[in-house]
Amino acid sequence: MFQAAAAVGQNSWLAGFLHGRIWRGASKAVCVPGLNCYSCPGAWGSCPVGSLQAVLNRSADRISLYVAGLIGLFGILLGRLVCGWLCPFGLVQELLYRIRSRKAHIGPTRLRYVKYAVLAVLVVAMPLLVRDRYGVGDPWFCKLICPAGTLEAALPLLALNESLRSSAGWLFAWKAVVLAATMASSVVVYRPFCRFACPLGAVYGLFNKVSFVQLACDRTACIHCGRCAAVCRMGVDPSVRPADPECVRCGDCTSVCPAHALTLGLPARKPAAGRPL
Amino acid sequence: MSRRCRMLRVFLLVLAVAGIVAGAMSGEVRIVVTKAVNVCLECIGIG
Repeated sequence: MFQAAAAVGQNSWLAGFLHGRIWRGASKAVCVPGLNCYSCPGAWGSCPVGSLQAVLNRSADRISLYVAGLIGLFGILLGRLVCGWLCPFGLVQELLYRIRSRKAHIGPTRLRYVKYAVLAVLVVAMPLLVRDRYGVGDPWFCKLICPAGTLEAALPLLALNESLRSSAGWLFAWKAVVLAATMASSVVVYRPFCRFACPLGAVYGLFNKVSFVQLACDRTACIHCGRCAAVCRMGVDPSVRPADPECVRCGDCTSVCPAHALTLGLPARKPAAGRPL
Repeated sequence: MSRRCRMLRVFLLVLAVAGIVAGAMSGEVRIVVTKAVNVCLECIGIG
């Protein structure tokens, strides 16, 4: 419910959907925390991954402090809570997984490292290094992969705009295939894009261990029943690794823990010895 | 959580805020806005 409200709130400029336009106001200067295309007709803010590439593309501004700082701020405050609670494309995958079908439960796999390669190659290296004759690069992740851009921006804009529709070619066809594959696999596998391909999830995962919001396990209270690991659809055992980079802090494990050993939130500071509780 | 981890957390928070301020002062916001207020042709599979 919270995730749906966040997704709607970030994309609530209805006039854009009615007229096939995008919001052009000052709020576009600020990046939203999740993967949300700034060319979505309803989007009020900017996509952090797209903005990062846009800055890296410019030969004069190779180091992005503003966008990297915003991503770092979201990461240090929330970690991958962003993925579990605020990301519109995470919500799409979550809803697709609710469709009744046979499910494939994938545990920890090396495929999780693919998202770090996507981050390093398509989001950072190629926008920095591959340039045209004018010294301008492309946002390669947005161009070749991002299914959120295809779903949130391409489909509504092409449906409403004849000139854009007539310009769509092989690149749009490729992106449509990526989107279709992502959505189809989301019915069977829990959040496949978040787990294996999302560069933003890769960054936020690195912050899970040090972020202000923490999933914490009280090992003295834990009865090792294994219910938390069994309920976790990201393939994490929260009683062993509560700060695992794959954990999106959905909170499912906290609600099934019979010993209330798992807590999600700001960790309470232990009172110093000798001070009253 | 160890004291070292708490210090790292505060350091990263300060670093992030400093990055935002420094980036904003160097004109990076203009690049972000310029990209975001125009339809991203790459994002929609045309560019």
